[in-house]
Amino acid sequence: MQKNTPAERLYNGIIGENPTFALMLGMCPTLAVTTSGINGIGMGLTTTVILTMSNMLISILRKAIPDKVRMPAFIVVVASFVTIVQFLLQGFLPSLNAALGIYIPLIVVNCIILGRAESYASKNKVIPSIFDGIGMGLGFTLSITLLGLLREFLGAGTLFNVDILGKAGYEPITIFILAPGAFLVLAFMAAFQNKFNLGAAKRGIDPSNSVSCGASCASCGNTMCKGRRS
Amino acid sequence: MKELLIIAIGSAMVNNVVLSQFLGLCPFFGVSKKIDTAAGMGGAVIFVITLSSFVVSLIYKFILVPTNSTYLQTIVFILIIAALVQFVEMFLKKAMPPLYQSLGVYLPLITTNCAVLGVALTNVQKEYGILSSTINGLATAVGFCIAIVILAGLREKMETNDIPKSFQGFPHVLLTACLMAIAFFGFSGLI
Repeated sequence: MQKNTPAERLYNGIIGENPTFALMLGMCPTLAVTTSGINGIGMGLTTTVILTMSNMLISILRKAIPDKVRMPAFIVVVASFVTIVQFLLQGFLPSLNAALGIYIPLIVVNCIILGRAESYASKNKVIPSIFDGIGMGLGFTLSITLLGLLREFLGAGTLFNVDILGKAGYEPITIFILAPGAFLVLAFMAAFQNKFNLGAAKRGIDPSNSVSCGASCASCGNTMCKGRRS
Repeated sequence: MKELLIIAIGSAMVNNVVLSQFLGLCPFFGVSKKIDTAAGMGGAVIFVITLSSFVVSLIYKFILVPTNSTYLQTIVFILIIAALVQFVEMFLKKAMPPLYQSLGVYLPLITTNCAVLGVALTNVQKEYGILSSTINGLATAVGFCIAIVILAGLREKMETNDIPKSFQGFPHVLLTACLMAIAFFGFSGLI
């Protein structure tokens, strides 16, 4: 596929470099809000909107932002969009806003967004950047919805709040919607990925690098990182 | 006093920042290979979170609330934290070189640690005063430090173990975290 076309960007975000499964980015919201499928979709789409908008604006401003202050500039752009989206959610979807709570403002420090700003939007034209944002966002949405559905199914016997197993006399394993269940489900998903060599779950932690943020430097936005300086 | 103690125990143990709130997972998984680096990271996080919760709650109370601009909190908080970390790094380098030697490497990594922003936002959400905010920050960071040092200890022990091939790398660390999270549920009777 030709590089930097809209279709290629979408494919890359959803399958090629899926932020959750291939790059192991944005772990905090991935584990925290996936207690149900609906929360997963809500968080994923919120992130997609913010990611697309910030990619667009950063790409437009990429020649105007001086190289030295680009990280603070990116953070301000992302934080502004997060604030806007947070108020929209408060106004129009109060129940989703209550369910996601503190994790909406925390999208600011989601490494997917700063990572894409740094590694893609600040170097590419506007249209591919927009589609890069949409693709990455949808990839993120798909993976966390999948995680949410799995946890909801095992932990409550429902899918998208529709009762599936309750009538069959299924006793829900509540631990799956509690905190440990998040680690457990993700551990098994990553193990499956290792087993069938679907991408690089091992990339999440590079044993050779003791001081790292997950060692996915290529897509990480933290330019203050010592590993990158050298 | 009793309230402060409850806040402290609640944030450090019962609602452990990593194992039940899922904040600061990146350093939790990334820097937990050896006990001494984990302890260094824990120390740096205690330092930065305590300081930042104090400064952020001061600025919230005396600048954002009087000027009626609390809607700017997300932007203001993240900028304060980023600036604070830079400032602390420069200050330590000049004034306390030994401390900088031990914490310095970890400081830049902390800006993107979502626990710092998470604590600042929780303090505002729960309407804590300046003292309670600082205590909450300190306790949360101590909870982070406990969790990361325990995980590092477990990982050091597991290094020589024979782990199934699919579970090598990230999966077995996640499983360890899962078991730790279950263990930390035991604290929920404390409050």
